[in-house]
Amino acid sequence: MSAPLTDIQPILDRYPNASRDALIPLLQDVQEVQGFISKETVVSIGKHLNLPASKIYGVATFYNQFRFQPLGRYHVQICRGTACHVKGSATIFETLKRELGIEAGETARDGQFSLEVVACLGACGLAPLICVNGKFHGNVTGDSVRKILRAYRKEAKKEATNE
Amino acid sequence: MINIEVNNRQVQAKENEMLLVTLRREGIHVPTMCHLEDLSPSGACRLCVVEVAGHPNLVPSCSFPVYPDMKVQTHSPRALKARKTIIELLLSNHPDDCLYCERNNTCQLRLMAEEMGVRARRFRGEKNNFHKDISSPSIVRDPAKCVLCGKCVRICEEVQAVAAIDFTGRGSQAQVGPAFNEGLNVSSCVNCGQCIRVCPTGALVEHSHLAEVEMALNDPEMIVVAQHAPAISVTLAELFGDKPGRDVNGALVTLLRKLGFDRVFDTSFSADLTIMEEGSELVHRIKNGGVLPMMTTCSPGWIKYVEQTFPDLLPNLSTCRSPQQMLGALIKSFYAEREGIDPSKIYSVSIMPCTAKKFEAERPEFSRDGLADVDAVLTTRELAQLARRRGLNLADMEPEVADNPLGSRSTAGKLFGGSGGVMEAALRSAFFLLTGRNLDELKVQAVRGLDGVKEATIDIDGLMVNVAVVSGLENARVLLEEVRAGRKDLHFIEVMTCPGGCINGGGQPIETDIEAVKARMKLLYQIDRDESVRLSHENKAVQQVYQEFLGEPLSELSHKLLHTHYDPREVLK
Amino acid sequence: MSKHENPRGAANMSPDDKARLCRESVDKPVIYIGTGTCGLGAGAGEALAVIEEFLEGRNDDVAIIQVGCIGLCAMEPMLDIQLPGKTRLCFGNVTEDKVVGILEPMLSGGLPEQAPLFQFNGAGQTPWSDVIGIDEHPFFAPQTRWVLKNCGLIDPGSIDEYYARGGYEALNAVIHGMTPAETCDAVEQSGLRGRGGGGFPAGRKWKFALNTAAEQKYLICNADEGDPGAFMDRAVIEGDPHRLVEGMAIAAYGIGATKGIVYLRAEYPLAIERLEVALAQAREHGLLGQNIQDSGFDLDIKIKKGAGAFVCGEETALIHSVEGKRGMPRPRPPFPAVRGAFGCPTIINNVETLTNLPELLANGADWFAAVGTETSKGTKVFALSGKITNTGLVEVAMGTKLHDVIYSIGGGIPDGKKFKAVQIGGPSGGCITVDYLDIAIDYESLKTLGAMMGSGGLVVMDEDNCMVDVAKFFMDFIQRESCGKCIPCREGTRRMLEILESITRSRRNEDKNMALERFQGVVNLEELAEVIKDTSLCGLGQSAPNPVLSTLRYFRDEYEAHIYERTCPAGVCTELLHYSIDAEACTGCTVCAKKCPTDAIMGAPKSPHYIVQDKCIACGNCLTVCRFDAVSTK
Repeated sequence: MSAPLTDIQPILDRYPNASRDALIPLLQDVQEVQGFISKETVVSIGKHLNLPASKIYGVATFYNQFRFQPLGRYHVQICRGTACHVKGSATIFETLKRELGIEAGETARDGQFSLEVVACLGACGLAPLICVNGKFHGNVTGDSVRKILRAYRKEAKKEATNE
Repeated sequence: MINIEVNNRQVQAKENEMLLVTLRREGIHVPTMCHLEDLSPSGACRLCVVEVAGHPNLVPSCSFPVYPDMKVQTHSPRALKARKTIIELLLSNHPDDCLYCERNNTCQLRLMAEEMGVRARRFRGEKNNFHKDISSPSIVRDPAKCVLCGKCVRICEEVQAVAAIDFTGRGSQAQVGPAFNEGLNVSSCVNCGQCIRVCPTGALVEHSHLAEVEMALNDPEMIVVAQHAPAISVTLAELFGDKPGRDVNGALVTLLRKLGFDRVFDTSFSADLTIMEEGSELVHRIKNGGVLPMMTTCSPGWIKYVEQTFPDLLPNLSTCRSPQQMLGALIKSFYAEREGIDPSKIYSVSIMPCTAKKFEAERPEFSRDGLADVDAVLTTRELAQLARRRGLNLADMEPEVADNPLGSRSTAGKLFGGSGGVMEAALRSAFFLLTGRNLDELKVQAVRGLDGVKEATIDIDGLMVNVAVVSGLENARVLLEEVRAGRKDLHFIEVMTCPGGCINGGGQPIETDIEAVKARMKLLYQIDRDESVRLSHENKAVQQVYQEFLGEPLSELSHKLLHTHYDPREVLK
Repeated sequence: MSKHENPRGAANMSPDDKARLCRESVDKPVIYIGTGTCGLGAGAGEALAVIEEFLEGRNDDVAIIQVGCIGLCAMEPMLDIQLPGKTRLCFGNVTEDKVVGILEPMLSGGLPEQAPLFQFNGAGQTPWSDVIGIDEHPFFAPQTRWVLKNCGLIDPGSIDEYYARGGYEALNAVIHGMTPAETCDAVEQSGLRGRGGGGFPAGRKWKFALNTAAEQKYLICNADEGDPGAFMDRAVIEGDPHRLVEGMAIAAYGIGATKGIVYLRAEYPLAIERLEVALAQAREHGLLGQNIQDSGFDLDIKIKKGAGAFVCGEETALIHSVEGKRGMPRPRPPFPAVRGAFGCPTIINNVETLTNLPELLANGADWFAAVGTETSKGTKVFALSGKITNTGLVEVAMGTKLHDVIYSIGGGIPDGKKFKAVQIGGPSGGCITVDYLDIAIDYESLKTLGAMMGSGGLVVMDEDNCMVDVAKFFMDFIQRESCGKCIPCREGTRRMLEILESITRSRRNEDKNMALERFQGVVNLEELAEVIKDTSLCGLGQSAPNPVLSTLRYFRDEYEAHIYERTCPAGVCTELLHYSIDAEACTGCTVCAKKCPTDAIMGAPKSPHYIVQDKCIACGNCLTVCRFDAVSTK
């Protein structure tokens, strides 16, 4: 499961002589390639920026974007914005949790799905809305969510048998 | 100066100062939990809110500059209600274990709840379930009791340049802790305990050694030996209700004996010994082209800081152990031999103004044959608690004299309690070592006082010795960066971890403020002024130990017992 | 299109070029497809693929242009077709299955079966008969589109199209013809107020920074758009990024800043991409960089991706975030205009404020101030969402009646439901009920009703929405987004949320003191709200209780029904519902019985099930798992 982490030195090299204001971009770039923020990442970034680990961890835990565990293959985000809420996203959220068997912020044990609540995806015209690996699915219902998940499961299975 | 109106009374204020400063100067009490003198206001606790005419919301006096003719009400019903509600909110997320809390009598939250007249539990709800961190040999961290005032974070970063802890998480899940919520023991924490001193609640306390000490005191087989640091006798009276500024050296000896300690020694003795060793080392380094500047090693927080942050400068550290460890080593070697006691039957306790000394006592370098040189370290606060437990009051103690020979000191050793003291003592003896004469004027004014950075040049018969004295690790960091960058003029640097030195140590009374530190420092200087033995090399007991046991400074036995060396240290930083 | 014909803008562009770039005349059919985030979410990507496939099989010379969002989200994916000599036609809901049905007849010159929504105006173009113009369309007719002027019309990737529509003319006029002080004056005189929420006069704020001497000043564009329910910043950047670049350049010139930062949500990847393209083009055309257009003015703009924290909408928190710190606000003074990012004077304006500037400076302060109310000038963009027919982005003159926005532009409430309230201003705002829909929207009128302009999210709620639930939703949001620094906000919002939870909890799930908490609920909510408003460190905390106070003000009866009668009149709060299974609809699939945590559902397979009320804990599981709509609540 745990693939070796990509070397982050090339990322650090993109920020030569950087100061503290490069911290968040660095964390974003590292998470982009590694999928999450590891302890080693924090230490290397700390050395690069001459920042204490506690400060980096403090920043990383402040923002919603940063994770400390790897994501599943399918990253399911559910929008819990106001528009989605008044159109019943609470029920969609319950359905997702039940279907995936995980809570928000968790990754299923088989590593297939992660579930994340986001404050607002900014596509309120399509409420209620979920987003899987960057692809939006608007105007969802309990049923359509189940269908969407089934499709991804099928896709994963197909890929697995092809491998 | 401008005029403002506070509680319907005209008050003078300095232009642009924060309202809280004005109010304090006028003796008007406004509570606050997050304010730290000399650091920029954080505005986190909101307890200092007051009503200012023309402002729709209450304003925080800590971060609100005064302006001419403003009208302030500090205790209006609205302000009082807001403060009370804030305290009630804090209590709603606080463990209800005041009865068991180490800080129950010094807890600001409890005292403020009393002050506001909180008499009912108005808000119930979920409390944070955070885990206690007992990993550190010096400091116990209980995030459940934390009110997130942030003072520890700021002291650790801004004053001590360590930044072992920071806020993590957000909102109601925010807490203060090291990176990845690891234990303090693997963090960059240097155990200085300054965070404990500023903590308003019991979220940060020392790792207590009282139970072990009690056990030893009750063990008839054990010879329990105490040593007390130079800063203890000038502070302890404060914990028995005295105003800062009374030295209780003799009463302290009596108190320790009444508590059941079989021998009472003075760490100031080994401070004199340190001067002999360190002074000789300095002279040796200067004469033989050794690594300069040499840096003192009395302060264990500082040593850990160099190990983890400036490992390249480790060769600059003096090889001398700290006075605590020198005396610890002598007690279980020289003294045990002399008295015919089996060293394993000695339980060695040191009374220190310091939490880092607990860490130092546990360092593997400082035990021989499985026996630690120092078995337990009590802070000033813990000693007072032990005395209270026995119903002993310092005021009732008839002064007594410490045991010999490890209980005799010069005033030079005593000066170790404050920033600049090691330097002053060392310069006095180095002058003698190099010239065979004593300085005409023993007082070295340039290294005295509470300034965080002091530099001086001493003319030792034409040899110009440049010295620097810093306290507070941020000041040390700045100086070390200079040295790292190639600054070459300095010969000798004294560093004390805590600002002002051990008199302001992390093991000192919680209530310590700048006035108390000044008073303690003044006491040290008074002692030095009034007593006759003012030079470490003239301490008869030190001479005796060299004659009977060690031979001479830097002898082989000295190296074995009084010196050590330090290695780079990996921490999560 | 990347090669620029005219680095100085449209001033000396040939009329032909201008007409071509404005698409007043096209020499071949052009298909415009809205590929903003909304459009893509609704299926524009798939539709585009079908279009390309369709065209591949034919030999027609057809241009496809991807445009931003015109604002009518309810009709996404939207597709426009312009034939040579004819006006541009707009079709709605063009999902992949409908593409061919439209393209086939259109490319043969005739109208398809699916009626177009409207046609655009076009000088010298022949209009289609029997198709209403955009000016007659109920969604667009009442709008005054200044900020959204180009959105959905132009190719956001083409600086030349922006030039052709007058782009960068205002900037050129400002940097060559006005002093920074004059620029500030013009903005102050126009009455433009910050569109991000506070409504502070923009020109006055600028002057603080202008009058603070410093080597370095910063202009920051707040494009973090943390308000759930607002998406105008995203749409503007996706649809017309150069407008923001030009607005920022004008603002930077006005305050004397040489560094600009766009603090843009990481959740908006498309906006980031399009803005990056626009910035690169602007640099290439000498509109950013050193000595811009020989005026001696220097500016560069960088994008900083926000990492997700609502509190970073607060200026000092945003600055901390830009500096790489935790986004926790600090006490003011000093104000950012005096001491902001990296200790330098810093002005923070939001996207809408800045994108107002090109039109404002091009047409003058008086022109701008002629629109709006006494205290609020110009237009405001609103994001219409929730229970409303025409969800989307609309821009109306200040002073427009709220009623018109909801019923004329928004098309009213769908499914014949009754309007209940509209939430305005997001988590800091409040609700407005049917009794007050007649107000003319401006900063002050909203405030008197206990709401606020905020960034302009308008979430409409109908009779099926529970106002206690809405208050709980906002409280939950705020307490999760509270930075945790000051005590009243950190601890107080959590306790307020818990009180709301106790109000909506079924008696069965109450233990210990929860019933007491419920009965004291409203009193404690009001007391806490007062202290939190009065003492919190930043705007987030000071406005955090607004949604609760506002719903308490207008819907107290709903609170009381929850607390005393233990019912949720709107049927939303699951724990207070009475669950039953409709025997007619139930197929006996047994799923609900399996998912019931207390085994309260009985029944044999393939025969109707029923719920044992004594065992039911009203968790709502059966309702969510039933695929036959057999579980009902009342």
